[in-house]
Amino acid sequence: MSDLAALQRETLAAIESASDEAALEAVRVGALGKKGSISARLATLGKLSPDERKMHGAAINALKDQVMEALAARRAVLKKAALEAQLEREAQDVTLPVRLPGVGTGRIHPLTQVMEEIVAIFAEMGFCVAEGPDIESDDYNFTKLNFPPGHPARDMHDTFFLRPDAHGERKVLRTHTSPVQVRTMLTQKPPIRIICPGRTYRTDFDQTHTPMFHQVEGLVVDQSSTLANLKWVLEAFCKAFFEAPHIGMRFRPSFFPFTSPSMEVDIQCRRSGGDIRFGEGDDWLEILGCGMVHPNVLTNCGTDPEVYQGFAWGMGADRLAMLKYGLPDLRDFFDADLRWIDHYGFKPLEVPTLAGGLSG
Amino acid sequence: MKFTLSWLKDHLDTSAPIAEIIDTLTRVGLEVESVEDPSAKYDGFVVARVIEARQHPNADRLKVCIVDAGGEPVQVVCGASNARTGMSGVFSPVGTYIPGKKITLAKGVIRGADSNGMLCSAAELELGDDHEGIIELPDDAPAGVPYARWAGLDDPVIDVALTPNRPDATGVAGIARDLAAAGLGTLRTPAPKPVEGAFDCPTRVHLDFAPSDARLCPAFALRLVRGVTNGPSPDWMQRRLRAIGLRPINALVDITNYVTFDRGRPLHVFDFAKVEGDLTVRRARHGQSVLALDGKSYALDQSMVVIADAKGVESIAGIMGGEHSGCDENTRDVLIESALWDPTNIAHTGRKLGIVTDARYRFERGVDPEFCLPGCDLATGLVLELCGGEPSRMIVAGDPSAPRRAIEFPYGEVRRLIGVDIPREEGEAILTRLGFSVGDGQVLVPSWRPDVQVKADVVEQILRIAGVDRAPTTPLPRLDEGVPAPVLTLLQKRTRLARRTLAALSLREAVTWSFISKTAAELFGGGQPSLALANPIASDLSDMRPSLVPGLVAAVERNARRALNAVALFEVGQIFLGSGENDQRMAAAAVRRGMTKASGEGRHWSGGGVVDVFDAKRDAMALLDALGVANTVQVVPGGPPFLHPGRSGTLQFGPKTIVGWFGQLHPSVCEALDAEGPIVAFEVTLDAAPAPKAKPTRAKPKLQRSDLMPVERDLAFVADASVRAAEIVKAALAAERSLVTEIGVFDVYQGKGLPEGSKSIAINVTLQPRERTLTDAEIDAAIAKIVAGVSKKTGATLRG
Repeated sequence: MSDLAALQRETLAAIESASDEAALEAVRVGALGKKGSISARLATLGKLSPDERKMHGAAINALKDQVMEALAARRAVLKKAALEAQLEREAQDVTLPVRLPGVGTGRIHPLTQVMEEIVAIFAEMGFCVAEGPDIESDDYNFTKLNFPPGHPARDMHDTFFLRPDAHGERKVLRTHTSPVQVRTMLTQKPPIRIICPGRTYRTDFDQTHTPMFHQVEGLVVDQSSTLANLKWVLEAFCKAFFEAPHIGMRFRPSFFPFTSPSMEVDIQCRRSGGDIRFGEGDDWLEILGCGMVHPNVLTNCGTDPEVYQGFAWGMGADRLAMLKYGLPDLRDFFDADLRWIDHYGFKPLEVPTLAGGLSG
Repeated sequence: MKFTLSWLKDHLDTSAPIAEIIDTLTRVGLEVESVEDPSAKYDGFVVARVIEARQHPNADRLKVCIVDAGGEPVQVVCGASNARTGMSGVFSPVGTYIPGKKITLAKGVIRGADSNGMLCSAAELELGDDHEGIIELPDDAPAGVPYARWAGLDDPVIDVALTPNRPDATGVAGIARDLAAAGLGTLRTPAPKPVEGAFDCPTRVHLDFAPSDARLCPAFALRLVRGVTNGPSPDWMQRRLRAIGLRPINALVDITNYVTFDRGRPLHVFDFAKVEGDLTVRRARHGQSVLALDGKSYALDQSMVVIADAKGVESIAGIMGGEHSGCDENTRDVLIESALWDPTNIAHTGRKLGIVTDARYRFERGVDPEFCLPGCDLATGLVLELCGGEPSRMIVAGDPSAPRRAIEFPYGEVRRLIGVDIPREEGEAILTRLGFSVGDGQVLVPSWRPDVQVKADVVEQILRIAGVDRAPTTPLPRLDEGVPAPVLTLLQKRTRLARRTLAALSLREAVTWSFISKTAAELFGGGQPSLALANPIASDLSDMRPSLVPGLVAAVERNARRALNAVALFEVGQIFLGSGENDQRMAAAAVRRGMTKASGEGRHWSGGGVVDVFDAKRDAMALLDALGVANTVQVVPGGPPFLHPGRSGTLQFGPKTIVGWFGQLHPSVCEALDAEGPIVAFEVTLDAAPAPKAKPTRAKPKLQRSDLMPVERDLAFVADASVRAAEIVKAALAAERSLVTEIGVFDVYQGKGLPEGSKSIAINVTLQPRERTLTDAEIDAAIAKIVAGVSKKTGATLRG
């Protein structure tokens, strides 16, 4: 049966050398097709004696199995090669740059971020957010807040005025957000716990003053809140806002027409170069004014100062943003220089939360 | 308010070191702004004795001096004619910085003689104008001692930032009183000695006011001192005045300035020879003017108070004297004025005339009425001491006496306000040291504290002197137990959401001024007189903004000037429709310029390009979607006049509820704003967006989904070019409401292959079977209905 051995050799060699699936199929048809070389051998078996058939049959069938196995193996190799070739053809230059989506390139202004941080802290302490108009009456901006007409404290405010209206009333751009406190006390009964964030205006324009700036004021009115509670609220706030375990604070007596006793508050810091660290160092930075609500203000707003009492504070949101995030120049806040916003701004999904840490 | 340490010690007997004094000042509410050590300027200068001064061998006008400056004798060459053997002077060794010459002294050889320093003139030390000769010191001046210390020029200057409620602290005596109350020493301010006049003051004073105006000048005291010699004031006074930044003029003027700062009591002196007749205190007359001591002429009106003589106005009351009757070195007879003025009137006049003086500063805060007459005596005493002369009796028009204010003060008020007890004994002692009288549940306020008016102010006095740190830190109890409730209003939440949504569209948040130029305001529908500032700080910041867009366009232009041409900015902030309290709105707006398409910025291998109206529309729709109102908003072509008429749309919920607009800015508006287009923008008023319906549950409505497969069909219509895509979509939807769930526009074409003036719009229609799978016949029937419906409404035909 040397010819069977030759056939085996030839067929297996042909399988091995088939370079693609079509060539392999041709080899299969040549060997196992109806007229294939192995099929032809199998067809001859019928003419043989039973003994010969048994002997030759087993050999030919063994060859057939071997060839089928070789075909399958070769097919797998060729398929893999073809896939590899396809993948190679499909290769792309992945070093080409892609565009980031808006959640990567858009920016939130530092002031917005800081305002949301402040609201997050005070909301947790149970304060509501109250708002009011930027264009205010002189009465709400000054008189109800215990600024007597002509008092020099009004001079400190460098007020923007609108032209007098038909009734001769001269409105002002609010110089602080305190009129929102007035509006709240006139419309709500104690207990009151609000913060009033918003735009404020004074006719100042130099390196450290802009004609428009932002304040957050707070007001607590009830029957028992004291200056000791005020100190606690401000200390708790500063620790949370500056995200430091300890903040050195200094309360200094001061004067505001709408509070008595009045204080200004400094926080301890260390400055080196452009860097500020809180909770250490020998420098003191003034960050807010505060005090017990003046009885005249309570009276002016329809609240009996013999029954109710409370405290209020006001701080510059722009200044807090500058301190916390190391923004060197207030004037940049309102310039919209793209480079500044891209550098100092926050990404859209960096929403401050107390659970995750205000600054992430 | 500036003063020197030695001046303070005139009033306060204390051994406290300066650091403690400074700390205490700030602690009691007199915030120290700065402390200057003036001796730093005189570093290196020492007292020296000239052992020998001999003629320079090679120069007629020079001398070679051997100087004892405390150490080894030093040789210097000196050009001063008064340099002579045995004199004492001020010596600066090599290496000293000479303030008057702004040089640092180097070793020199002058005409062959070594010079190892300098004997100094007053000009070189900036102590005067004399640069002819060198300073001559008394013979007993100790050689080698630092000159600044010997001359008393090392007196630290303390600058305190005064709050406007503290007129008493505008004088050194008042500051000393606070420090003494805080336990830093003993007050030793001498009471002025009453001056007995020898004769009647020949000038009379008339307070010429209507009874209702009497408050304008409650009292006016005047005294003549005749036969004075008005030379320079003594060194000690000049030194103090100079230290706090005042220029010594002459003894009479210096005395008024000195008393102003020493006691917070402003005074005025008239040269008697230049005053004609009596003095009348009255309102100024409209059209009058006065040449004031600062050399400027001021136009007066009836709101101001003046002091006039027979010839005319001599002084602006409480603010500044007149040039004409001022005192100079020729003054022989002087009238000393000590008066009381109405603080409000002084503030008003000062503001109106734009004059800031030390007198105005004090009178507008309210000077001590009880010190009006003693102040006149104090000044008189100083005049007699420094200038000689003979005093008249004082005449007083009006009455300076005023009852002291009594305040009911239950001591429990301290605990009620500050949350802790300060022992009554301690609190009352503080009040007493500050000049209050305490007793019977009330306090009497001293005449120098007009700011203390109510109980809380009394508590403040105790607290600030005892120390604010005495108040503990006590947690504020929560109003309700548990997790805090949400606090933001719908508008507040929408404002935040708008910011985050717009930023997520790759826009950068800007915060721009609330005021813009009148031109810009008018272009955007504002500029009405009620929103114009009466006192803008710049002409382009004059009007309250009716829209955020002009400010954003200006910001885009600023960036363009820095070669940042592709800019996409947004702002969420207030706009003003009028000056009423309900005329303010919260708006959100974005502006895109250059290659800042919503799909991606800048030139890029994957595509991109210059912004168009659809970028603005996408921004607007994304915002409305975030607010939950995008599915009900109507987009009506066209918008306000500042937009391109063919590239703009109005966003509304019915014709009466316009919520905003989007579009390309009109080219003429860009030109008027000096901005290079095309610029696209949108603006939405957040207050105008409908509020969501209140729901009783947080549960979302049940999801409706069909098990039946939806069917999609594409339909291309040819329509007149004027037909809008929305009309075709609307008609298709209306034609088969029961089955159509969605219609998209996937192709728009105009050009070759289509008749002139027509366009092709291709839509894909999704049909959702409700009860059973649709047969082909049913699908065809639905499509036919849609085609017929679109044809009927728009005249479009199915493209072949």
